[in-house]
Amino acid sequence: MIRIPCPFCGTRDHSEFSYGGDGSIQYPALDAPVQDWHDAVFQRENICGVQTETWQHVNGCRMWLLVDRDTMTHEIHDVRPAHPGMAKVLGVTS
Amino acid sequence: MSQKNRLSGGQIDRNTTLNFTFDGKRYTAHPGDTLASALLANGVRLMGRSFKYHRPRGVLTAGSEEPNAIVELRSGNRQEPNTRATTIEMFDGLSANSQNRWPSLKFDAMAINDRFSNFLTAGFYYKTFMWPAAFWEKIYEPIIRKAAGLGSLSMQEDPDEYDKGFRHCDLLIIGAGPSGLMAALTAARSGADVIVADEDFAMGGRLNSETLSINDAAATDWVAQSVAELSSMPNVRLMPRTTVIGAFDHGIYGAVERVGDHLASQPAGKPRQILWRIYTKRAILCAGATERPIAFENNDRPGVMLASALRTYANRFAATPAQRVAVFTNNDDGHRTAADLHAKGVKIAAVVDTRPDAPTSMDYEVLAGAQVVDSKGRLGLTFVEVKQADGSNRTLECGALGVSGGWNPNVHLTCHQRGRPTWNDELAAFVPGDDLPVGLSVAGAATGGLSTHAALESGAKAAKAALGLKGRLPKLPEAEDAPVSMTPFWYVKGAQRAWLDQQNDVTVKDVKLSHQEGFISVEHLKRYTTLGMATDQGKTSNMGALAIMAELTGKSIPETGTTIFRPPYTPVPIATMAGRMRGMEFHPTRLTPSHYWAKEQGAVFVEVGNWMRAQWFPKPGETHWRQSVDREISQTRASVGICDCTTLGKIDVQGTDAAEFLNKVYCNAFAKLAVGKTRYGLMLREDGIAMDDGTAARMAEDHFVVTTTTAKAGNVYQHMEFVRQCLYPDMDVQLISTTEAWAQIAVAGPNSRKLLQKIVDPEFDISNEGFPFMGCGKITVCGGLRARLFRISFSGELAFEIAVPARYGDAMMRRLMSEGKEFGVVPYGTEALGAMRIEKGHAAGNELNGTTTALNLGMGRMVSKKKDSIGSTLSEREGLNEEGALMLVGVKPVDDTQKITAGAHLMNVDGPVDAAHDQGYVTSAAYSPSISSSIGLAFLKNGGERKGEKMRLVSPLTNLTVDVEIVSAHFVDPEGERLRA
Repeated sequence: MIRIPCPFCGTRDHSEFSYGGDGSIQYPALDAPVQDWHDAVFQRENICGVQTETWQHVNGCRMWLLVDRDTMTHEIHDVRPAHPGMAKVLGVTS
Repeated sequence: MSQKNRLSGGQIDRNTTLNFTFDGKRYTAHPGDTLASALLANGVRLMGRSFKYHRPRGVLTAGSEEPNAIVELRSGNRQEPNTRATTIEMFDGLSANSQNRWPSLKFDAMAINDRFSNFLTAGFYYKTFMWPAAFWEKIYEPIIRKAAGLGSLSMQEDPDEYDKGFRHCDLLIIGAGPSGLMAALTAARSGADVIVADEDFAMGGRLNSETLSINDAAATDWVAQSVAELSSMPNVRLMPRTTVIGAFDHGIYGAVERVGDHLASQPAGKPRQILWRIYTKRAILCAGATERPIAFENNDRPGVMLASALRTYANRFAATPAQRVAVFTNNDDGHRTAADLHAKGVKIAAVVDTRPDAPTSMDYEVLAGAQVVDSKGRLGLTFVEVKQADGSNRTLECGALGVSGGWNPNVHLTCHQRGRPTWNDELAAFVPGDDLPVGLSVAGAATGGLSTHAALESGAKAAKAALGLKGRLPKLPEAEDAPVSMTPFWYVKGAQRAWLDQQNDVTVKDVKLSHQEGFISVEHLKRYTTLGMATDQGKTSNMGALAIMAELTGKSIPETGTTIFRPPYTPVPIATMAGRMRGMEFHPTRLTPSHYWAKEQGAVFVEVGNWMRAQWFPKPGETHWRQSVDREISQTRASVGICDCTTLGKIDVQGTDAAEFLNKVYCNAFAKLAVGKTRYGLMLREDGIAMDDGTAARMAEDHFVVTTTTAKAGNVYQHMEFVRQCLYPDMDVQLISTTEAWAQIAVAGPNSRKLLQKIVDPEFDISNEGFPFMGCGKITVCGGLRARLFRISFSGELAFEIAVPARYGDAMMRRLMSEGKEFGVVPYGTEALGAMRIEKGHAAGNELNGTTTALNLGMGRMVSKKKDSIGSTLSEREGLNEEGALMLVGVKPVDDTQKITAGAHLMNVDGPVDAAHDQGYVTSAAYSPSISSSIGLAFLKNGGERKGEKMRLVSPLTNLTVDVEIVSAHFVDPEGERLRA
């Protein structure tokens, strides 16, 4: 039971959100070699500590967010839109 | 029946008499009583039988920590097992029964277990019922379950209502004893929003149980004044009868409010209990402390109880278990019990104090340096055996014994976020550690400050600190500040059948046995002996066991460790957890636009996710669902059928980059799709596995309407938003779900065009030339109603899907039915829909099962090599493209009276039937009226090259073997001529 401060809607229960995954993944280009895709999709860190995650405010504004969450304590350090244009509008960098 | 053990005073209302029954016998009580206090006042000490040995048990405590006096409350469909008599607030007409006894509480046949206690020690079940393994489920377990155990369920639906609620506050105060009330006053006077929750029906905590004074008046007066002041403040919400059950993340607390448990019947429409989620900025735990017993031989007899409980019953409830009582203590607090009961006119047999330097008394005898070594009395205590300081034995006649082994701060909630309590030598107890849940602080006896003054002071300080209030502490009321004086004493040496955990029947001997058998970790000890694993979570037993374990291992208690507590603090009924989410309210129900029309037709409905869909439409005279379904299929294929397919996900994709966007999310190409055309699309996950399929219709250069399967509508929409926002944020494309905005109806069959021509406005040409297969367009129907028409087919017939704004869905269904009369139009449900798509060999959710690729689905060539899309790279992984990969095929039985069963596996005609020789499996099966045979779709190794092969379809679990033939997955119209007609 955690609370996520959505930059568009305010603080909401996590039940309004849907977890995406590791938000630090840099996806390769679509035509990149299999190995690059393999690494991006399967070689994920299992972080104990602060991790950047993607969450979608699926029962709210539908925006995908980048959430810096401590996987050990559930402390949330930062939330910003994943969409860089949106982040820019809000004056934050994603 | 007279209340023979009723004392004077107390917080009960003697002007009102309440009637109640226990085990069918009638008694009287007063408002303010609990079931336990009323039974004691009526001279009843025996309240239950123990879990394993069926030993007679009475009440041990006066609070929610009670392990013994658990009863079945109420009767019929309101019967509640395992309810603690100590927390049941008395009401007129209450009925309760003892549990775990047969035929009666006084004579329990299963008490024979007690005679065999030598065999029934820790680990008994693990050791005894090992062999033969097959006996466990059928023989041993049912017998053990019947013999051991607690209350029984009514097996009827609970008729009461339960609810969930949400509250917010600046400061939550958990517990309304001296520290909680002082914290609440301090915080509330500053203007903060305060919630005070207390599990008791009377606020005041321990002050209600003591004869202490505050400001030179009775402490209960101060409680009344404080509660009155708090009640008058608009920024304070007092929640009595509310147990805070857990401390969760981000300052969220769970609480159960027993709104109506103390009422004989629930007011209509009112919930009986409410599960609250309380969002707090700060919280203070003022949960007090729980007294712990001392273990000695036969210490579980009715009448043996905690000294503080004895005092609570006398002072608050004006009840005593007996007219002659003794006290066994290792600390000064135990002497208070003797003094208070003596003042109430109860005879004190003696105070047995383990300390040689015990305080003396003018009013009763104190046996210093003595120990209670045994007790007697078949169904209730009659006397205790005392070993005196000089080694001589002495018998004390008494009907009750108050035992005090010191106090354990109630640290439970501090552990809910993995916090570890720390050891305090002075108290010989664990106190809250430093790693508290964020925003939580602790005050009062829960910190180990056991005096009233300490409680008041720490409550005020904690409130100031929590709210960041400046200035000096408020003036504290005058109160006692007695120091803690105790010498740790856990159990009487030599005691064997000395109970630690009375609810799970764990003795000192069991703990010693588990040590002897090599269990060193406290967590293992707990699981092996089941100590502390009953519904009371060992609130009165964990410390004793830990101390014995420490002694046996030669380590200190903190070195030995502590088990941490988990939510809930006290048991929560499943009904409360469920709230209103019962039966069909478990999840929201979505109805299709034609739902009420379908209901009028007598349709049988099926749950599809949250949707209710018509499964088939029985006609008079049809006695089996297959008759209805076969008719729907035959009539659709012969003439025309209609089906509400609104539940398919619809996503509107707009923007100058819409086509390019779809090119990335679908593995097949979309960029060159002409306006007015629809294309089947397969979407892959990033790992190359098929995710979902559907169609995308190009309504305009920059506008597509995408459909998804019903099941994946939400996931696909989320995925597409992820792709849009996170992967290609520079694309000019927007998405919106229009699933519920458009009612969509499939019109299928050779007469579908003729039927539609009757409602489509004449300026729109829907002839084969004017509106060819896979065409789409915006049209109007019925004289100007905007609509969308798609010439797509799931059934394999000439077919259309027509969409109208959702509010016209019902009318459209009725119109199609009436216009279609001349063609014998038939509505069809999901069964016919499914059978027709199997006949046509279309993949659906059963085939897109999260393990299959485009290659498996026979769509390998669809994955475009000319462009790159999500998942296309990883779909080329070696492992997914090996020789002999699974391929979608059709199967039918050689003997067409036999059946294809979904889930069954395919084996070669010869050879063993085992996993190593598995050739594939059936994903979908149906009866095909079109070819008069059961048919199925299957994934078969190298399936593309095995058409015509005979195989065995097996399910060893159900002894199924059917000879089948591998055929094309397209059972009907393999060339697709009907679609294009």
